[in-house]
Amino acid sequence: MQYEAIVIGVSAGGMNALKTLFSLLPEDFKIPIIIVQHVSPRSENVWIQLLNEKSHLDIKEADEKEKIEKGKVYIAPPNYHLLVEKNKTFSLSVDERVNFARPSIDVLFETAADAYQHHLIGVVLTGANNDGSKGIKRIKECGGLTIVQQPDTAESPYMPASAIATSPPDYILPLEEIIKLLIEIDTPKEKSK
Amino acid sequence: MDTTDSTKGLREKGNDSIQPAIPVSQKAEVNVHDLLEAIHTHYGYDFREYSAAHVKRRIMNRMALTGIEDISQFQAKVLAERAFASTLLQDLSINVTEMFRDPGFYRSLREKVIPILKTYPFIKIWHAGCSTGEEAYSMAIVLQEEGLADRTTIYATDFNQHVLNRAKEGIFSNRLIKEYTTNYQLSGGKESFSDYYISDDQNVIMNQYLKKKIVWANHNLVTDSVFAEVNLILCRNVLIYFDRKLQNQVQTLFHNSLMNGGILCLGTKESLRFTDFRNEYTALDEKQRIFKKKY
Repeated sequence: MQYEAIVIGVSAGGMNALKTLFSLLPEDFKIPIIIVQHVSPRSENVWIQLLNEKSHLDIKEADEKEKIEKGKVYIAPPNYHLLVEKNKTFSLSVDERVNFARPSIDVLFETAADAYQHHLIGVVLTGANNDGSKGIKRIKECGGLTIVQQPDTAESPYMPASAIATSPPDYILPLEEIIKLLIEIDTPKEKSK
Repeated sequence: MDTTDSTKGLREKGNDSIQPAIPVSQKAEVNVHDLLEAIHTHYGYDFREYSAAHVKRRIMNRMALTGIEDISQFQAKVLAERAFASTLLQDLSINVTEMFRDPGFYRSLREKVIPILKTYPFIKIWHAGCSTGEEAYSMAIVLQEEGLADRTTIYATDFNQHVLNRAKEGIFSNRLIKEYTTNYQLSGGKESFSDYYISDDQNVIMNQYLKKKIVWANHNLVTDSVFAEVNLILCRNVLIYFDRKLQNQVQTLFHNSLMNGGILCLGTKESLRFTDFRNEYTALDEKQRIFKKKY
């Protein structure tokens, strides 16, 4: 398969966006999804349980050194940066906040771009800051596919708008269209080798 | 499947350089590895088994701040200028910490660990990777409130002399105190947090009697060995920066340093699951990552 992982960055308005995403992704969705959602450092991540109730996929908090597997959804733990290693395992760090955020979308995107190179899809959704802009630029530079939520359809337009301004993405779409696109990409097609 | 192996794989790929879109970052990768080798040979600090993604980010940040784009040029500067090398060592060491970080952990420490410590006539605690000392002072405060201060020594160690010197001073910025106070209260603190420091308009300085309980020492978890037999080891959010092989090596050091029945406290996202020691401890509090060495 051309794409081996999807990274998603989401902030203000993210809960609704993620609920929509996981209610629409089918249970046989294979490409692993790795998410940074900005949350309070003291969050207990109860919302992961809530998401799981809506989802056909298995959603879990990423553990350090955990191997990234097909069909799984991983969420960055609160108050830690989530990094992807070359051997497709996770690392965590408690380094300084980046863009006032820990976890930071840029940290995930940049390390995932290094690890997956052009086999990566980067998605920036609703949010009220500019985290993710540098990261999506790096994904583009490494030959990955970049998708940004159409700002006027986002609950909070600033983060997608900032990403678009930093580096023109391959697609600018409303959330439902992004989900359709991801499902299309994930579904194997008849093609010549 | 540790990071070292994958780096080797990359080196070979990098040398082939078949795919034109990729070589830039792969080239950087090769040289990050070379740079770490050179630092080890030249200065004796060993970052070769650190999380590669983390180390690369830190090096790239320093390169950007210095305005050097070429990594071999950067390497030459690191090897030639001791002061610059020292700056990079600060970058690569883990120096973000806070007082009573993860209040739930400190609550559990009071409820589940302190009663065990109370059964010993003398108590030795090793705080490994103490950085600027916030958590060592937090521990000193807990011991004070639990009536154990007089029979306890805290050995707080780090390989970074710069942060150790700061830890020893016990001076922290005023603007952080509000958050620390909240942490302290959530952690089950019994007094007023402001009793433990004196403040001016910019900083607070920790009380002398807390400082007296702590012995600060330079110790490198990667290259140094056992220095004492202790009742409790606290090492939180340090091992996450190491690859699996190095984690195992450090866990061996901890296991050898702990007396039987001794307590090991890890960060809330660190586990023994991927180490050789998963069967050598029982969990006192699985969620807060507090373990007891088996007899």
